[in-house]
Amino acid sequence: MQPPEQRDEVEMLSLMLLIRRFEERASQQYQAQKIGGFCHLYIGQEAVVVGAVAATRPDDYLITAYRDHAHALARGTSADACMAELFGKATGCSRGLGGSMHYFDREHHMYGGHAIVAAHVPLATGMAFASKYRNEDRVTLCFFGDGAINQGSFHEALNLAALYKLPVIFICENNLFAMGTSVERSTSLKEIVDRAEGYDIPGFVVDGMNFREVRDKLAEVIASIRQDSHPAFFEIRTYRYRGHSMSDPASYRTKEQLEKYRMDDPITRLRAQLTREEKLTNEQFDQMDQAAKATALASVKFAEESEEPPLEKLYDYTYVNGEPA
Amino acid sequence: MREITYRQALNEALAEELERDANVFLMGEEVAQYNGAYKVSQGLLDRFGPTRIVDTPISENGFAGLGIGAAMVGLRPIIEFMTFSFSLVAFDQVVNNAPNMLTMSGGQFNIPITFRGPNGPAHQLGATHSHATECLYANVPGLKICTPATPRDAKGLLKTAIRDNDPVLVLEVELLYSSKGMVEDEDVELLIPLGEAEVKREGSDVTIICYAQTVPLALAAAETLENEEEISAEVLDLRSIKPLDMEAILNSVSKTHRVVIVEQDRPFCGVGAEVTYRIQKEMFDGLDAPILRVAQEDVPMPYNERLEIAVLPSAEKLIAAVKKVCYA
Repeated sequence: MQPPEQRDEVEMLSLMLLIRRFEERASQQYQAQKIGGFCHLYIGQEAVVVGAVAATRPDDYLITAYRDHAHALARGTSADACMAELFGKATGCSRGLGGSMHYFDREHHMYGGHAIVAAHVPLATGMAFASKYRNEDRVTLCFFGDGAINQGSFHEALNLAALYKLPVIFICENNLFAMGTSVERSTSLKEIVDRAEGYDIPGFVVDGMNFREVRDKLAEVIASIRQDSHPAFFEIRTYRYRGHSMSDPASYRTKEQLEKYRMDDPITRLRAQLTREEKLTNEQFDQMDQAAKATALASVKFAEESEEPPLEKLYDYTYVNGEPA
Repeated sequence: MREITYRQALNEALAEELERDANVFLMGEEVAQYNGAYKVSQGLLDRFGPTRIVDTPISENGFAGLGIGAAMVGLRPIIEFMTFSFSLVAFDQVVNNAPNMLTMSGGQFNIPITFRGPNGPAHQLGATHSHATECLYANVPGLKICTPATPRDAKGLLKTAIRDNDPVLVLEVELLYSSKGMVEDEDVELLIPLGEAEVKREGSDVTIICYAQTVPLALAAAETLENEEEISAEVLDLRSIKPLDMEAILNSVSKTHRVVIVEQDRPFCGVGAEVTYRIQKEMFDGLDAPILRVAQEDVPMPYNERLEIAVLPSAEKLIAAVKKVCYA
């Protein structure tokens, strides 16, 4: 297992590219009506989860909300399994039974994919409770949006985590909008991070368009948690380029705002940093991007050619032994 | 065998399973230092320590969810609701997270959790504290539900629930915590499978189907029917609502051909509605009378004692229903 600070930044950039190209391909396939239900894209927010993954060990627990494709990809779930899930195929990461909002991957310690806003925040607290119960030094990373911070389950979970001193990091991916409702219209506080203070949890604000800042600040806090178990809260300021979901034209925000964030693109920024430091050439970047596009395209072919979950297994996953109720 | 209380039986089940498996822990309001609101967890903190017997703030949604998360990564939580009326605060966790996880994850994450506590009307607690939640939860695929009525069933079913790999609700009865009954000695491993009903009294003229707090009521009514009406009633205790033991139900009905269901929940979409449907589907021609149900009246529970009695199922109401199906 590599210590986090030595994980290759070029590799991390390549992961951000994969996420972006995957999401673009998902968007195209959704419009082609190959994907059902809801579909929430992560484009613009890539530095958040990739920065977090760069700061953690593969056996740390990770759990997130419904904008979850990137979290699975960042954790190591294959693009094939991710795309197949969107297509509802048996080869999907949740066997086609979860869909876009319910990705799970036990092997890669990705604990979902949860679509009731903030209902997974207590689950994260429980996962961290289990780590402490077993005297492990694992950390649980719990991602959610700015829309989650006004739910009761969020508040109850933070209180419990602080009370029991659990090794969990609550990561608010503040993309400024809960669906179409801006933070100013939803939240009485001016600064989201101040929510943490109410529970005596240390809070940090990080620029979510800056991969290195996300990784380094998280790595520092994670090291402290592994030494002495406690919760922490991160407000990571980011932006989604697309609407809330595929059906949302995002008319509640201005072109100027979107352009401002696009100019500060997390992929462009990390690329520029690496190029400046002569760790990456343009040719290398182009090759990586081509590879990401090819992986995303291949995942569509894989998903198309995969089998549907069999009808005769309909009752197999309601109870562990499939017993009738 | 020895005689112990329903409360003691539950306490023994908890202690034995905590002893047996280090992954088992008990969490809830007042379970540790206070020894349980109803003293079901008496002495467990002293014996197992604060890591495994965990007091919570009044935060049902939070600690129910905490339990589910801990279950996702291998622990076997027992979550106590001080009453199942308070489980409604955690409804999203109990209904949306615990039972859905196995399906949503394509079989990767089962949730071996036990939710337990008193359920159903007690005495003059008013509308908010008197909910019989079994019919709400029985509607949810992925949950299992048992409803012990005797100390023996309480111990055997709770132990089974804790070892089960799916989410199980153990719906206890507040009014029965101090009731006594014969239970196997402590050195005997008592496990009662979920989904097995039990004939609590044999009879030949009519089947009374009951569970939880309607079991003592049904037994008392059967006694009266025998003595005063010469009607021989078979009392069948479901013990589990889900899975439902249709075999035991049909066995009894094929003998008696008449059925009254006495349930502690409300009539509309209540447990008895499902049982009635299943019986008529399987043996319409085997019935000599329409199936009758005795449930609560369909109103929020009033505080006033006389009105509360009027709302609840009673031996009188049950006897009247039995006489009706027997055309007596």
